Amino acid sequence: MRKILVVVTAIAVCLTACDSGWGDGAAEPFASRYTGLAGTTTLLTGATVLTGTGERMENADVLMADGKIVEVGVGLKADGAVVVDASGKWVTPGVIDVHSHLGVYASPNTQSHSDGNEATSPVTAEVWAEHSVWPHDPGFVTALAGGVTSMQILPGSANLVGGRGVTLKNVPGRNVMDMKFPGAPYGMKMACGENPKRVYGGRGQSPATRMGNVAGYRQAWIDAADYRDKLAAAEKGKGEAPKRDLKLETLAGVLNGEILVHNHCYRADEMSVMIEIAKEFGYTISAFHHAVEAYKIGDLLAESDICAAMWADWWGFKMEAYDGIRENAAIVDKAGACAIIHSDSGIGIQRLNQETAKVMGAAARVGIDITPEHAIQWITKNAAKSLGIEDVVGTLEAGKMADVVLWSGNPFSVYTRAEKVYIDGALAYDRNDASVNPVTDFSLGTAAATGGAQ
Amino acid sequence: MRALILGLLAIVFVGAAHAETTAIVGATVHTVGPQGTIENATIIVTDGRIVAVGENIAAPAGATLIDASGKVVTPGLFTPYGDIGLVEVGFSAGPVDRVQRGDQFTAGFDIADAFNRRSTLIAINRIEGVTRALIAPSAGGPDDSGNTSHIFSGLASVANLGDGADSIDRRAVALVVNLGESGVSFAGGSRAAVLLILRQAFDEARDYAIHGDAYERGQHSDFSYSVADLEALQSVLAGDVAMLANVDRASDIEVLIAFSREYGIRTIIRGGVEAWMLADELAAANIAVILAPTANLPSNFDRINANLKSAPILAAAGVKIAFADGQSHTHNARNITQSAGNATAEGLPWDDALRAITLTPAEMYGVADRVGSIEPGKDADIVIWPGDPFELTIYADQVFIKGESIPMISRQTLLRDRYLDTDDTRPPAYRN
Repeated sequence: MRKILVVVTAIAVCLTACDSGWGDGAAEPFASRYTGLAGTTTLLTGATVLTGTGERMENADVLMADGKIVEVGVGLKADGAVVVDASGKWVTPGVIDVHSHLGVYASPNTQSHSDGNEATSPVTAEVWAEHSVWPHDPGFVTALAGGVTSMQILPGSANLVGGRGVTLKNVPGRNVMDMKFPGAPYGMKMACGENPKRVYGGRGQSPATRMGNVAGYRQAWIDAADYRDKLAAAEKGKGEAPKRDLKLETLAGVLNGEILVHNHCYRADEMSVMIEIAKEFGYTISAFHHAVEAYKIGDLLAESDICAAMWADWWGFKMEAYDGIRENAAIVDKAGACAIIHSDSGIGIQRLNQETAKVMGAAARVGIDITPEHAIQWITKNAAKSLGIEDVVGTLEAGKMADVVLWSGNPFSVYTRAEKVYIDGALAYDRNDASVNPVTDFSLGTAAATGGAQ
Repeated sequence: MRALILGLLAIVFVGAAHAETTAIVGATVHTVGPQGTIENATIIVTDGRIVAVGENIAAPAGATLIDASGKVVTPGLFTPYGDIGLVEVGFSAGPVDRVQRGDQFTAGFDIADAFNRRSTLIAINRIEGVTRALIAPSAGGPDDSGNTSHIFSGLASVANLGDGADSIDRRAVALVVNLGESGVSFAGGSRAAVLLILRQAFDEARDYAIHGDAYERGQHSDFSYSVADLEALQSVLAGDVAMLANVDRASDIEVLIAFSREYGIRTIIRGGVEAWMLADELAAANIAVILAPTANLPSNFDRINANLKSAPILAAAGVKIAFADGQSHTHNARNITQSAGNATAEGLPWDDALRAITLTPAEMYGVADRVGSIEPGKDADIVIWPGDPFELTIYADQVFIKGESIPMISRQTLLRDRYLDTDDTRPPAYRN
């Protein structure tokens, strides 16, 4: 755990301060141009605060200034602050979704907007999801109304290696660079199981089986290791550097610990095999996504320090989702592993708090007590950890980004709504004041525009 | 687990067990009937039927008493659209019986005989309160041989999720048709052609009604639809069967309202993303809407004006509504309570939301004389909850279908229990 944090910090530093290692110090391409909205010093008072660190504070205040959390405590004072009476309401860190396709499978889901799967070759590590992101996807705004302040946009799961994912701040910009989470490491999407073998097997191509999948991953890592080694040798003056290769560059970035693996993998047996592959080639898996059977290997996930990102209750839509149970995340959590609730859906992302609540209730029936202060971590702190941004966001701790949600009540009640959403200390959404809320270009002239974000 | 439930319900046998009568005592009962909500109520169930509900009702001697004090009781939930019993695993895993392709049947395709009352989906959904379901045929993409679905998907039935062999409560309650974007691919690419096909089919059914005998005698030119199709269409024209139209766009709904009036068809809309824009017109035409309360994305150009307030807007105008969330109407039909809760949070009165998941679907499909509310004479579909059933952390304590106390076990609870006991070091397959 601590080791990973150190690595992650190093990556964040590198991504902001280093070039890609190529050429002579040219600026990093597609670098974040996120500036955030203009904020004011704001004091939320008298709330039930779930800090995201596992604590719950009653009648507490949250002070934000200069885009950061200044303090969480009782009886805070701040000269000149906008004071928001939050008594009777709840405050949490902003919700983070580790698995979204907003922008790459944008609404409306026309063929023209189908930009998430480069399903032309089983290993397409060279593609970057950010180059498909359409910032006018109305789904960003509806997610914001659900309290989502950051999310990872991933390529789809047609391929063994689908390409790079990108972490965004949920403030719609003119282009994806305007939205990129400053300093966040890249993710790389991998996929187990049915999807790659169906897509390529259906074309009479490899992989057509799960064993074909595994051969495909291993071959890719062999190529990447070779590329990495030749580069390293060339830097020491031994031999010529290979021609820059976008695919191998991303894979080598994983081997070097700079890019985090996000691995779509439903079945427990397949996750176990993927852990072996990671050991074989010396990389780490940040999170298994759609980990429907994670409850079967909670101990293994805990000892491997791999997060499981899960739905609350999706099951049965395909064979590898047949063993889904409502208690999945709770059993993973109980085993000491890092549990995350994710969406993979433009509708689901709007209610990650509700999805979490369903697990809490199911867990309680079998004697697993998941408190609100603990559960909130599944959609805040743990999500931030898997994205390598835990040091700067995901909890309400002094100095972290002021990504904060003011809920109308207990966020795990079906009747509760996000009332105000702050991103970097600025009010980005207000349920009771449509004039505050963003309306994407696409939504102009529609019901979404007249009613504000819905 | 079983012991836990028994403990929770504190089942007490009084005197000589008389298996046919049960008394559920002490709960807050939302009858969804004329008696409204009753505190500290007693429900008497005999031979699978409700015989009495109210305050201060004495349980007959020999009745099985179920202490439900402090609990909330509702009618069994009714999912108004889906594929329960018609599918096990949706994708790449063998037949999915809801979809029929090819030319042999269209309107007359009757899905009821495909229903599998032993499907894992039944137990998984009923232990969370779902006791009745509309099982509906639907359209799908072309198969490997290029056979396509139709504008008419066929006839839907009402099923109960009990253990009896009498699963189908009422056969052929609605004819599923696909308008708007969903129908265009079956009509040469234009929604105008969809309407022409509808018109031709119903005109032919009228002609068949008049000249069917001549046709039988070989004195009438062939019809383009099969006899099964024409008879299904006739029952729609006669008002015995509703037309259940998959449609979202407001302009398509306007056309549908006019068409339904012209042909005298009783229509129910499913989807209805833009129906809220025509709330008054739909109320006047007595057209009910099955909607997904959370479907607020403009996911295609038929749904540009998607609106989270659809449910309260339609209900306030007097439109009958029921809920089927697009992503969960089959495997997770159980999440219908979440739909109701979200509709409530957006402004629908709580009682209306409960009605939308119980009595209204029963009315839509002509089975409200038997189910949908807790009233004397109706089947005893009853759910005992530990609190507000819409709340996400609340799960049913006990479910009764036609008076039978169903085992609160599913394939999912078995999986859960197997992996809960982390002290058992045997391989999972050797565990319970």
